[in-house]
Amino acid sequence: MTPLMEVHDFAVGFGSAQPVKGVSFDVTAGEMLAIVGESGSGKSLTALGLIGLLPSHARKTGSIRLAGRDLSDLSERQWRSIRGREIGMIFQEPMTSLNPVLTVGEQIVEVLRIHDKIDRRSARKRAIELLDLVNIPEAGRRIDDYPHQLSGGMRQRVMIAIGVACNPKLLIADEATTALDVTIQAQILQLLDNLRLNLNMAVILITHDLGIVAQWADRVMVMYAGRKVEEGLPQPVFEHPYHPYTRGLLAASPRAEVGQHYRDGPLLEIPGSIVSSLHEKGCAFRPRCPDARASCGQAVPPIKLISDGRYAACPLVPSQFGRVSHDALVGA
Amino acid sequence: MTLLSVHNLSTQYSAGRGTVRAVDDVSLEIETGETVALVGESGCGKSSLGKSLMRLVEPTSGQVTFKGSDVTAMSARELRGLRQRIQMIFQDPFASLNPRQTVRAILTAPLKVHGIGDGKRRREIVEKIAEQVGLPPDSLDRYPHEFSGGQRQRIGIARALILEPELVVCDEPVSALDLSIQAQILNLLVEMKQRLSLSYLFVSHDLSVVRYFSDRVLVMYLGKIVESAPTAALWASPAHPYTRALLAAVPDPAKRKHAAPISGDLPSPHNPPSGCRFHTRCPLATDLCRAEAPRYRSFGENHTVACHYAQ
Repeated sequence: MTPLMEVHDFAVGFGSAQPVKGVSFDVTAGEMLAIVGESGSGKSLTALGLIGLLPSHARKTGSIRLAGRDLSDLSERQWRSIRGREIGMIFQEPMTSLNPVLTVGEQIVEVLRIHDKIDRRSARKRAIELLDLVNIPEAGRRIDDYPHQLSGGMRQRVMIAIGVACNPKLLIADEATTALDVTIQAQILQLLDNLRLNLNMAVILITHDLGIVAQWADRVMVMYAGRKVEEGLPQPVFEHPYHPYTRGLLAASPRAEVGQHYRDGPLLEIPGSIVSSLHEKGCAFRPRCPDARASCGQAVPPIKLISDGRYAACPLVPSQFGRVSHDALVGA
Repeated sequence: MTLLSVHNLSTQYSAGRGTVRAVDDVSLEIETGETVALVGESGCGKSSLGKSLMRLVEPTSGQVTFKGSDVTAMSARELRGLRQRIQMIFQDPFASLNPRQTVRAILTAPLKVHGIGDGKRRREIVEKIAEQVGLPPDSLDRYPHEFSGGQRQRIGIARALILEPELVVCDEPVSALDLSIQAQILNLLVEMKQRLSLSYLFVSHDLSVVRYFSDRVLVMYLGKIVESAPTAALWASPAHPYTRALLAAVPDPAKRKHAAPISGDLPSPHNPPSGCRFHTRCPLATDLCRAEAPRYRSFGENHTVACHYAQ
């Protein structure tokens, strides 16, 4: 099956900085792909690149193809017909993405009328259907509310309604549940999951929450300092993480399910913080890596197929860490 | 020994067309050396409660006692002495550090305010705390913007601990940090707790962090504490339907997709529901819950719950 979106060696630079250093991945129709990483990993810039929203002074290289069509050199005018219609997007903070002086109905109708030639009346009818689709109670009444009249969870539902209004093939959700409380977060993730199954829409879920990834994603890629360092199905990745960064992240998370407690000992730390420099020669994780050796400073390790569907960018993986389980690593 | 006790504390804000009871008739105790977590969703009143304890927000009624002295009756002068013994660490280390002061000036300020030491002694204290929280030696003459989020939180911790307080109210101290940095800061807080014999009130919405970091948990919903239990007991047998829903909503790597456990949003605190405040979202709610607020019942050792049907 040909992928819906193919990204090849995509990189983003600003002046002398290179926050995204060349990532390749693909997404198939209806799939939920999670991209995880910390601040500075390049995950959000990658997402902005996928919908042509990078600032004009950004240097972009590499290619992005959507259903076979090359999106790399589109004009802003051409992007406008893709954004919203072919690729939808929702962001972390719905209050700053919604227009405070328009009702939610007006904002959905606007999107519908830009992309589809429909009259106001049918657009309004469709807007109510969309609010219904994202489980907003009393959609017929809520459509005339302003964003400030809605709770955070309701606003994010409105954003999702706008994001899926034109039946996009792909929805990008950048930290879309991060600002929400856990009970609301669970509702929104369930909604995204239902929508992508019902509409056969692919979703790229950008998050720093490993629990969300494990629970909802079909596939996960881990980014560090502008590069993909690991990829695979969530369960194998979390049970047997290959890359030392992925292993470090998992070990640093408190494990509530086994009752890990501070009186029993400290959490495993990843020392230092993320540093990415343009002139790096070796692996960007090397300064924080417990297993780094001299050879790690000589060249950036390429991402390689390690086992079925599993990729990692660490030369030490196959020999050393392939069969070490996460439980053994954290001493559980 | 009881370090802090709170009796029937209420804090109201007047807002627009009425008052909001952010904290409503809350009682709790914190023992010396204990870490008590206060959990709940945004708007439940947990930060207001944290601030009311130190009278950073004035409570409307009720009593707060710190080591036997009545905080609610203290004069401004006495309060200054109290704030040497109760300190606070905030969520956003960037917003809570003055961008125009060096780290040295930020850390020296509390010593000056409380008239501790002369110039030389203050320098020694500042250098010692900076080292203890893991700030590199050259950081004292730099400005907050030169630091990463994790390092800034170390500065916030150093500032809170420099007066050697007995109780530290930590308001979401790791929620703005990346996962790899979060573990560093949690470990630092544990280390400092042991080194300085601290007690913590740990306000957080992150239940995995709470499970690791606390000895006892208070669950708050719309201004009320609905359940209180030792941490392990709360996870083993959550009694309140809201606690159960909260725990079930935490994404668990071992479980694949499940239905969203509770529907609906937190109701407006302007106009809280009658009876039990959780009844609008509760799967067990009956007419009794709509009519009558439940009292606290004992549910095991040091475990209380406010629910008519907890089982």
